[in-house]
Amino acid sequence: MTSSASNTLSRWPTDRLLLWLLRGAAAIAGAIVVLIVAFLVLEALPVLRHVGVARFFTDPSWHPAEGFYNLTPMLWGTVFAMVGSVLVATPLGILSAVFCHYYAPPAVARPYRWLIELLAGIPSVVYGFWGLVVLVPLIGAIHPPGPSLLAGIVILTIMILPTIALMADASLAIVPQQYLRGAAALGLPRWATIRGVVFPAAKSGLCTGVILETGRAIGETMAILMVCGNVVQTPHSLFDPIRTLTANIALEMAYALGDHRAALFVSGLVLMGMIAALVAAADWISHGRIYG
Amino acid sequence: MVKALERHRDGREWLASIVVWSAAALVTATFCWLLGDILWHGLSHLSWTFLTAPPRNAGREGGIGPILVSTALILGVCLGVSVPLGVGTAVLLAEFTTDASLFGRLTRRSLDVLSGVPSIVFGLFGNVFFCKTLGLGFSILSGGLTLACMVLPILIRSTEEGFRAVPAGYRLSAAALGLSRTTTLFHLLLPAAVPGLLVGLVLGVGRAMAETAALIFTSGYVDRMPESLLDSGRALSIHIFDLSMNVSGGDANAYASALVLVVLLLAINRTASWLAEHWLHRRIITI
Amino acid sequence: MDKCLALFMLKKYAALVAISMAALMSVPASAGGQATAADQLTGKLVITGASTLAPLIGEIGKRFESLHPNVRIDVQSGGSSRGVADTRQGLADIGMVSRAMKDDERDLSAFPVARDGVCPILHQENPVQALTDEQIVEIYTGKISNWKLVGGKDAPITVVNKADGRSTLEVFLQYFKLKNVEVKAQVVIGDNEQGVKTVAGNRNAIGYVSIGTAEYDAIHGVPIKLLPIGGVAASTENVRTGVFPLSRPLHLVTRITPSGLAKAFIEYAQSKAVHDLISQQYFVPLAH
Repeated sequence: MTSSASNTLSRWPTDRLLLWLLRGAAAIAGAIVVLIVAFLVLEALPVLRHVGVARFFTDPSWHPAEGFYNLTPMLWGTVFAMVGSVLVATPLGILSAVFCHYYAPPAVARPYRWLIELLAGIPSVVYGFWGLVVLVPLIGAIHPPGPSLLAGIVILTIMILPTIALMADASLAIVPQQYLRGAAALGLPRWATIRGVVFPAAKSGLCTGVILETGRAIGETMAILMVCGNVVQTPHSLFDPIRTLTANIALEMAYALGDHRAALFVSGLVLMGMIAALVAAADWISHGRIYG
Repeated sequence: MVKALERHRDGREWLASIVVWSAAALVTATFCWLLGDILWHGLSHLSWTFLTAPPRNAGREGGIGPILVSTALILGVCLGVSVPLGVGTAVLLAEFTTDASLFGRLTRRSLDVLSGVPSIVFGLFGNVFFCKTLGLGFSILSGGLTLACMVLPILIRSTEEGFRAVPAGYRLSAAALGLSRTTTLFHLLLPAAVPGLLVGLVLGVGRAMAETAALIFTSGYVDRMPESLLDSGRALSIHIFDLSMNVSGGDANAYASALVLVVLLLAINRTASWLAEHWLHRRIITI
Repeated sequence: MDKCLALFMLKKYAALVAISMAALMSVPASAGGQATAADQLTGKLVITGASTLAPLIGEIGKRFESLHPNVRIDVQSGGSSRGVADTRQGLADIGMVSRAMKDDERDLSAFPVARDGVCPILHQENPVQALTDEQIVEIYTGKISNWKLVGGKDAPITVVNKADGRSTLEVFLQYFKLKNVEVKAQVVIGDNEQGVKTVAGNRNAIGYVSIGTAEYDAIHGVPIKLLPIGGVAASTENVRTGVFPLSRPLHLVTRITPSGLAKAFIEYAQSKAVHDLISQQYFVPLAH
């Protein structure tokens, strides 16, 4: 790794100025999360005080008008949608990047990359609209009602694919040429090189891509709102409609007052907790290696 | 025995080829379906007047002129704030902190958590922090700053990856030559790390243009031509949302607006790519 | 950054000064007895609230701005509750509320500007032409789950309900004397257009939306049809004459009795001058 990283002592005054400027920038960047969590906690406090945390997981249902605040079915909805989409998008995305670098002729690789870059910027509304008008009736024809966990997984996959594909593409690009030449010299065929040499070398970038795409999958609101059906229930099959925590906040925030509003902020906190848990798990599994 | 192993290996190679090409074909087909749909429905409503006239009749008629201006301003504010902050943080994390440092670990973790915050939470946070606490009200500035918060983790993480990819040899040679860290950074490392920065930029711009929920509560809904950064301005994604979900009969213009957005994105991505290649990366001559 | 901001602010003030000079020098032509007051109306109004009302108030605002060039009307979306909350806290001058006022909202002054009906919709190809009130209640509570029981095809019914807190939902529940916990829906939607698109994409769906939205879409070829309630056909005409039983008022609210610019705007929004705008958005103007 970088051998100069531990040497922050330097003779040059510009270096010291630079260092403090950079530290300032990083402090601001790092502080944003703290601010957001503080904001969520402040808004959620009223309901946490009178209702208590346990009821958010043990009440009979989610009906704030009647005073019921069970978040569990929506939590399952979020988890299933996220897991499903990440499981499908990750191989597709990584294979897309592999395709761009190792299998496609250059005339095909460039437009393909442009296509994926384009798709990173299409609004979630457009994906949701397309899902509602094209995908949902298609799924409905196979198994009513149509808006379902499956529709959510498909749309989410399409949305997070560019993230993992582009990150994977960038990480594959920086694999040192010597590795590839060495593998060729050893007589390794293409797939064996990719699997045995390229993937381990590009590991850190690939893992960053997976984390970023998972974050996107958890945080997606608009498109999920339009294609998942928004029924508060724990899904038992791919064709059951679900409501995710984010869709819940979007649907009800506009009309919620008092305890109901605070309860929505609690669900926001639950989401942040989930992400923090995932990041911690990723860190622990890799023993910090993905960050090195 | 060797022949059998060879055949097995060839079979695996052949299978891998099929899988990779099918994956690419599947991805291309799905995206072409989507883009084709937008093109098909939106092309007929596109015209020069559409791009410059203000919206009329709640957006069903008229054009998207002021909305394009608002979007450009919001994007400008977002990138203007997030690129310096983001590149600075990435440089710090990659060059000036060891892997074991607590500051580095905490910052990276908090950025990963930030990347997963739902867009609606950003919208609500932006509304309370930028619009109310900092007193900016519904404005392009609030919208741009909120988007900058959303885009930061993506930008930082990919730029950091870009820096990690630069061979240690560069830094060692620079140190051997007695160059200051600042000079090494600006003249050697930044140009070499441009691919990572570019990916971060493309993903970040994409995320910023795609955002709806965060902007409804911060930069607002007003579709008038903005006169200053403190004016409320409607972004293109919100316009598309309003036309397709709130205004009956707005579908036609929603498709046309989506098409304009896609073309705009293409232009931005290509320009950023070209700039990065010709302006920064070319400084490095690799052996 | 600061310099750019300063430059922008300068441009904005310069533009405002130029416009005011031009306005002062031209002869204003305004309707009604407000000829002298019109020139002196200046300032900015911030209006937040229901997304259903936002397009309409936006259009009314634009027309008001063209009559009074020194005025700016900023309309923001965010929901009826936001309209109420922002008006109470003084963050907005006027709130938009797309339902009848609740008891705990008596502290606000409410000014109705239009009416909107709510009706059930089915897919155009669904053979069922009408449903009685009891049948609708039983479909929505899950007791009837197949179209053949009400004279349709042998297919399971996909019930589309609106999300908690929406005014259309409250109007619907109130008329059919249901509670939201009793409703067993397969799909829950947010905005009216989402409901229309969901029903248009599913031959066996039933939902309910604002009559204005449904009428506009049905006329423009979207494959839905509006069901009558209690024998009365669902149309904006019937809502206007008061024959149609299911409707909600659309209000502008303020914290204190409005004065100055807010008063002028509210009076304008309630006047005959904007009836064409209201009809254009497929709402029903109130008779005066």
